[in-house]
Amino acid sequence: MKNNSKGARIAIYTGLVFWMLVNLFPVYWMFTFSLKSNKEIFGENVIGLPHEWLWSNYTKALNTGKMGLYFLNSAIVATATILITLAVALLATFALTRLIWKQRKALNKFFMLGLTIPIHVSILPVYVTLRELHLLNTYWALIIPYSAFSLAMAILVCTGFMNEIPRELDESACIDGCSVWGIFFRVIVPLMKPAVATVGIYTFLQCWNELMFANIFISKSALRTLPVGVQQLSGQYTTEWGPIGAALVLATFPMLFIYIFLSKKIQDSFVAGAIKG
Amino acid sequence: MKKLYSNKLHILIFLLPALILFCGVLIAPIGASAYLSLFDWDGLSEMSFVGLANYKELFTSDTIGFVRALLNSLLLAVLSVFLQLPLALALALALGKKIKGERTFLSVYFMPVLISTVVIGQLFLKIYNPSYGILNVALRAMGLDNLARAWLDKKNALGSAFIPTLWQYVGYHMLLLYAGVKSVPPELREAAMLDGATDSQVNRYIVLPYIKPIIRISVIFAVTGSLKSFDMIYVLFRQSHYIEVPSTLMIEYLFSRNRYGMGSTIAVLMIVLCFGFALLISAIFKEED
Repeated sequence: MKNNSKGARIAIYTGLVFWMLVNLFPVYWMFTFSLKSNKEIFGENVIGLPHEWLWSNYTKALNTGKMGLYFLNSAIVATATILITLAVALLATFALTRLIWKQRKALNKFFMLGLTIPIHVSILPVYVTLRELHLLNTYWALIIPYSAFSLAMAILVCTGFMNEIPRELDESACIDGCSVWGIFFRVIVPLMKPAVATVGIYTFLQCWNELMFANIFISKSALRTLPVGVQQLSGQYTTEWGPIGAALVLATFPMLFIYIFLSKKIQDSFVAGAIKG
Repeated sequence: MKKLYSNKLHILIFLLPALILFCGVLIAPIGASAYLSLFDWDGLSEMSFVGLANYKELFTSDTIGFVRALLNSLLLAVLSVFLQLPLALALALALGKKIKGERTFLSVYFMPVLISTVVIGQLFLKIYNPSYGILNVALRAMGLDNLARAWLDKKNALGSAFIPTLWQYVGYHMLLLYAGVKSVPPELREAAMLDGATDSQVNRYIVLPYIKPIIRISVIFAVTGSLKSFDMIYVLFRQSHYIEVPSTLMIEYLFSRNRYGMGSTIAVLMIVLCFGFALLISAIFKEED
């Protein structure tokens, strides 16, 4: 019996380690070929560390590929999206959990439809509207739709957290003469920090990686976001792999670096975003 | 307090931004798409009403290939549910057993979820490259030359599109299921163990029933995710068009061919399918209880 369970443990560990390598190897390979010449990638040195560390691949990705600019654009869009999503969601959640009116349950359900509606299907009406408003080729062309699509999840998460704030706090603030706005801004919002972090992380990753809207609503290269920029660069360097690898690393590693320090928090955000629904 | 919280004007102000954003970007466009799907329109000239002709053409025309695109995405859904989810479940169950290095395993498995699909697609374009890609190089090095092939040609396209998706999202499903496995009350486990249940019996009779709601969520995500998949197919097959899924067809009909009516028809069908499958899966899980 004991032997048997030991054998089982070894088998489990082997499986787990194997899958870990499957996860890590492509990322490792991407990193090494980002620093190699075609000659090394194509035969001399396929999987080893680079013989000659070719940092010029990175200069090409940054200069010709403008990865720095795209990075900045993505950061601007993501930050604005997070701020708008949070502000709008916190206001709505307050009305949905605290304020007293008849249809609030129904409206909450209505917002939750947003969890299932695929983002892609609204693309044409949104495109036409943005064109009429002359907002195509501006950051707003992405910020507005991204905020709208993050809203359902944000309200869902905020509702969970706001319901846990004891209503006695509202009562005592009210007795102290606070207005509705005073209660909202001074009592509720400061206590919503964990929800803000969860929503922020989740929203960030959603819009950071979005491709379809970013590809179609932005045609000016100065405003492109990272996914579109990476896609673009691979079209420029069809035969030279190094600069593409460098662009992929530049688009990925900052995120992975943050992940090393915030892994638990990031994972919790994804669990909260999925399971509370 | 009650009076303060029942003020109609306040309620409206708190809700208005969300309502405008939500209705303006999500709800109204669905209505607009449903309306446009009944017309023939290139975006410039006069719209002409065609009734359900777009729907009919979509399901009968071989040149559009919508049925094939739909079958492709359904096949991806089947692969997700029957390959990706069992793998994710196995990993979650293994990690749920207080294994050494649990957190490290978990964090590494989840890492690909954070990488953009474009990056993963580009990376796999390199991995799949017939002459220099690491996959064929490895196969040849092992003497398996006959297995090396053009992974992205028409014959292998669907499988080759599925592998990177699996690689990316196993960790996501694993994380959800793992959260479920961890929430099983230890007393339940211990009681079963005391009664002499083996590991697999505990999993079968205690853990799985307990995490059924999460499995349901995972299945819904896997299926609706496949139905609306776009990024990976776009990156891998943008030039060759060896595989289409509904969303890539929709983009092509909207923005390359300027057939706004037909594109909207595909959009409407995607919404119907996503909601339909979400409801169907929930119903199946209820049935089993």
